[in-house]
Amino acid sequence: MGQYLLSTHAATGGAPQGAPTSPEQMQEFMARVIALEAEMDETGTFVFGGALAGIDAATVVQDRAGEALLTDGPYVEAKEHIAGFYIINAADLDEALAWGRKAAAATNHAIEVRPFHATGKVADHMPQAGA
Amino acid sequence: MEAGRSAPASIEATFREAYGKAVANLVRVFGDITAAEDAVQDAFVVAADRWPDSGIPPNPAGWIITTARNRAIDRFRREVRGRELLELAMVEPETDSPTPFDDAGVADDELRLIFTCCHPALRLEHQVALTLRLLGGLSVAEVAGAFLVTEAAMTKRLTRAKYKIKAANIPYRVPAAAELPDRLQAVLTALYLIYNAGADRESGAGLRTEAIRLSRELTGLMPDEPEVAGLLALLLLNESRMAARWESGDVVLLRDQDRSLWDQGRIEEGQAIVRSCIRRDQPGPFQLQAAIQAVHSSARSVEATDWSQIVVNYDRLMEIAPTPIVALNRAIAVGELHGAVQGLHALDEIAGSLAGYHLMHASRGAMLRRLGRLEDAAAAYERAADLAEHDADRRLLRRQADEIVESLRSGPRAVDPSS
Repeated sequence: MGQYLLSTHAATGGAPQGAPTSPEQMQEFMARVIALEAEMDETGTFVFGGALAGIDAATVVQDRAGEALLTDGPYVEAKEHIAGFYIINAADLDEALAWGRKAAAATNHAIEVRPFHATGKVADHMPQAGA
Repeated sequence: MEAGRSAPASIEATFREAYGKAVANLVRVFGDITAAEDAVQDAFVVAADRWPDSGIPPNPAGWIITTARNRAIDRFRREVRGRELLELAMVEPETDSPTPFDDAGVADDELRLIFTCCHPALRLEHQVALTLRLLGGLSVAEVAGAFLVTEAAMTKRLTRAKYKIKAANIPYRVPAAAELPDRLQAVLTALYLIYNAGADRESGAGLRTEAIRLSRELTGLMPDEPEVAGLLALLLLNESRMAARWESGDVVLLRDQDRSLWDQGRIEEGQAIVRSCIRRDQPGPFQLQAAIQAVHSSARSVEATDWSQIVVNYDRLMEIAPTPIVALNRAIAVGELHGAVQGLHALDEIAGSLAGYHLMHASRGAMLRRLGRLEDAAAAYERAADLAEHDADRRLLRRQADEIVESLRSGPRAVDPSS
């Protein structure tokens, strides 16, 4: 049993490609996402997750000799940024990829699947599947 | 293989045969690819020392596995990391007397490792490198040489691929029935790619032999999968022509090959497999391609080839696996069956999607030449030569273009009566 990050990306300054554009589409989109999260919950897959605000809301903090140096904007200037993510429990990559596929279908967007290792106190509080 | 350097050829061949089986079994035991590779390497050193005097044991793979296991466990005990691994794997060291070996179990392990190496989450070039290294037992230098990269670059490639298998926990198992068709397709594609990498040049015999050996091994592991048999038949039939395919470093086209040089033993084996596939009646892309090659193999010349049979098989291939390359080959076969006008027509329909592929332009050149459109033909061959990746192909195509230009200068236009 391991944990994986499922993340989705959005174009800078815009909605994710394939994102809903009408209220009706938005409703369907939310229904799909809620159903996915419910299924993740029932199977002990869901650990944590959600959507991120746009990168215009981001601030980078650095420690410069004890002083905080703040920069308005994201750390990496890129065309795409993480828009939302789930941390899931999965037995192996095949299982994680199967959830990734469901998330891609629900969000209508590509999903990156990457192994995740919780650390420190967070690790102690991470639920394990079947627990 | 370092251990094999001083060993006689038969021991070397035995190592090659045993390598994949031993690594596959020990990956399951240790749960770690690098530990498995190291242990097998250790066992080969012992074997290279003993076998020249004692002879090759009756079950070499079993001997290597038992020796590798025992020596690895000894070594793990001496290392902290190893002790942890040992606890993790919960393996008990075996006694000095080698335990009777479970060949069926090892076969299952080999199958698991093939599916791990060819997992679709790994990029194709990594799948191929892992398959050759772990299952084929080729040294890193040999794998690097096969793909014309430096040994350092290949080491990096293998390290990255093994890191991903471990970190992402790519499973070590044969996929469930629902996933099997897609996953098996990935394995067969990797083996086919290995063969073709060896068919691109005259010195590629090692890769071709290894692709055939692994395909043969796979037919034994998955006897109920007709596509596995189809791949083996396809490789055998392609291989049967290799002696006729090269002349002083240049490619000889199928139509120009000396068919008396074709290997009848391989042709018979390939054709027998194709016949048994037809009886099973579960066609797939590799079986259909093998069936097409079987038709070529039984023809005494290009003219005597049953082109209608070939077009029928390409039509079926277009139904189940339509790709631009299949469409190109179909157009060529249509040109042989119905003449260059219809062939060119079929080619024009797909020209857009293959504008960057040298063989599309070469085929156009051949058909235009048959139609007497010599300036257009020469231009098509020139374009093909510009696009060709391999020197041998480029030389062949340039020669065709030069020939046409020469004939334009020296004589009146002649129309091939057959078109």
